Amino acid sequence: MKSILLKDARIIDPSQGLDTKADLQIENGFITGISAGLQAQKNSEQYDLQGSVVAPGFIDMHVHLREPGYEHKATIATELHAAAAGGFVGVACMPNTNPAIDDTSIVRYIKERSLKVLDGLVDVYPIAAVTKNREGKQITEMAELSGAGVVAFSDDGSPVENAQIMRIALEYSKMFNKPIIQHAEEKTLTHGGVMNEGFISTILGLPGIPSIAEALMIQRDIMLTVYCGGRYHVAHLSTKIGLDLIREAKRNGLPVTCEVTPHHFTLQEEEVKSFDTNTKMHPPLRTQEDVDAMKEGLKDGTIDVIATDHAPHSYDEKEVEYLYAPFGIVGLETAIGLSISELVKPGILTLPQMIEKFTVNPRRILDLPHVMIKEGEKACLTIFNPDEEWTVDINQFKSKSKNTPFHGHKLSGKPVGIVNNNAIFIK
Amino acid sequence: MSLTSRHLLGLQGVPRDDIIKILDSAVSFKEVLDRPIKKVPTLQGKTIVNLFFESSTRTRISFELAQRRLSADIVNFAASTSSLSKGETFKDTARNIEAMKIDMVVVRHQSAGAPHFLSRIVEANVINAGDGRHEHPTQALLDIFTLREKFGMLEGKHVCIVGDILHSRVALSNIYGLLAMGARVSVCGPATMIPRGIEKLGIEVYYNIDDVLPQVDALNVLRIQLERQEGGLFPSLREYHQYFGITRERLEKADRPVTILHPGPINRDVELSADVADSEHSVILQQVLNGVAIRMAVLYLLSQVK
Repeated sequence: MKSILLKDARIIDPSQGLDTKADLQIENGFITGISAGLQAQKNSEQYDLQGSVVAPGFIDMHVHLREPGYEHKATIATELHAAAAGGFVGVACMPNTNPAIDDTSIVRYIKERSLKVLDGLVDVYPIAAVTKNREGKQITEMAELSGAGVVAFSDDGSPVENAQIMRIALEYSKMFNKPIIQHAEEKTLTHGGVMNEGFISTILGLPGIPSIAEALMIQRDIMLTVYCGGRYHVAHLSTKIGLDLIREAKRNGLPVTCEVTPHHFTLQEEEVKSFDTNTKMHPPLRTQEDVDAMKEGLKDGTIDVIATDHAPHSYDEKEVEYLYAPFGIVGLETAIGLSISELVKPGILTLPQMIEKFTVNPRRILDLPHVMIKEGEKACLTIFNPDEEWTVDINQFKSKSKNTPFHGHKLSGKPVGIVNNNAIFIK
Repeated sequence: MSLTSRHLLGLQGVPRDDIIKILDSAVSFKEVLDRPIKKVPTLQGKTIVNLFFESSTRTRISFELAQRRLSADIVNFAASTSSLSKGETFKDTARNIEAMKIDMVVVRHQSAGAPHFLSRIVEANVINAGDGRHEHPTQALLDIFTLREKFGMLEGKHVCIVGDILHSRVALSNIYGLLAMGARVSVCGPATMIPRGIEKLGIEVYYNIDDVLPQVDALNVLRIQLERQEGGLFPSLREYHQYFGITRERLEKADRPVTILHPGPINRDVELSADVADSEHSVILQQVLNGVAIRMAVLYLLSQVK
């Protein structure tokens, strides 16, 4: 029997319209008391949160754990520590492992491995491939995978290019109501590209990835969704024109959702001028107009979710010529800080709105159990201090890889810890 | 008499005064090339490595000759014979070579930004000999030097760069250098080979060579790379020649002599007809000679930067 007392918390639960200062008592993984002045029981662990926010547990619905297959970049163990340190109680992991997550044995492998990390503190929700070996040719055994507990389907890293395959996936997934997550990229327009196409790519002499490549794929997929149903989710949205299409689709009542990464609402393409390979990601950093549009989309609700596209790559893999570096950066441990610094402090989102995009909305899209901060409910909590100023230091990262352009950035808002599955992690 | 940077990574942002210093210095070095004994002791005891990760004949030879004329010790490294085929990274290769006490590195690489990356990981002076489709500063300097010899000054002269601007490292460096020297610059080529937003650099864009020809003082004709046709960016060499090839017939329509530059190697009768390449208005062979002088000047001046 485990007993935890969290003193002096600011409890924010947007699903109940709750924003209150109180203490929180947890027994055996369940919330047993919320009120001011709670006294610690004899055997309880007590934490003084000094006014930190306690929110329903955050989910990062776009994470690359790299295991199995790429353990030199990251392992399930290292990245779940990073998730806990970043304030996430759960991650949905993408299937571009080796072998890909395209059959139930890999799903079981990942789940089993995750249970051994931090006593199963962080939940792992595998996303299975849409197509076998992510080759875009034939859909996976989606029904069985769905039964084995995958939460969505995606060929992330690559788009589902073939329209007929996408149609089949959307139709087939209707039988078990799981979303298809698209890495939206019309590849015939992006071949060889390493950064956003435009004036900056011209003066840097780097091959470009035009914004329309994203929008064209979203456009096609929205038409497919209109025609044959299914639930469609756009991963790592980066362009204003793509956002406008999703806004229109939502206005028409379509089951279309999307996510944005912290780097796409924070950085723009000028960063690439440094030739720092930590500015190379897919989709690429776009223009300031796109960054502003991402913020607008978060504000008006077009963008449902903040997800990191956490993509560990080893130091040596990134320490190469720009053209040859792999795409992607780590994000788990900077997501809360960037979101508060870029969105909450400037007044684009309120804290409850930000929290919705980290927990309520991803849980709704992935059809995960709804989490509430309420007596009798399971204690599934993210704790963060929205006012703490700190400097990003890759040497403090728990992630096995340190590939981030944010090293040395000063941020406001820092994760403090998480509570989940009758366990607690406090930094 | 020293440059503001200890590397020559590109001409973007290089001050006009630095460009003039290099050009003036090259005048002196060119005289050396006319002497019976074409060698000065300027870089005696300095060691320079030529790191060529992409095949190159004339740029490599030109650098090598410049280095020999300055009495430097040189080491040549070509990717095809290198440890790269054994899987060594660019960084390891560079660091290993530097561990042998190298003073300067000349680098040619397929990836834009590779010289910039190199300048962060080695202590030596880094000279960009062409990085991807980004910059090729010594080529632009020798082009500008050649034009200055021809015209005396560049202010107000109109230079049009013709051909595949998108994949050209020569174009960008020329644009930066020529603008710094006060020239008027335009580019002309198939619309599929004009990179987006290039007009924002302060240059004009033409798709029809006959529109721009009557206005220009010089044409810098770029080599059309045959693999671009395979990429589908233009339909055929025949059509390219018809619409963008520089022929005597075309040049005769201009009311003044037009100086012809070409960074080489020439595809005769594709981008340039043979009679133009060999005509009195062609300065292509002067460019080659000036290339050695310019590279001597760059090597010397960078070696002086503390």
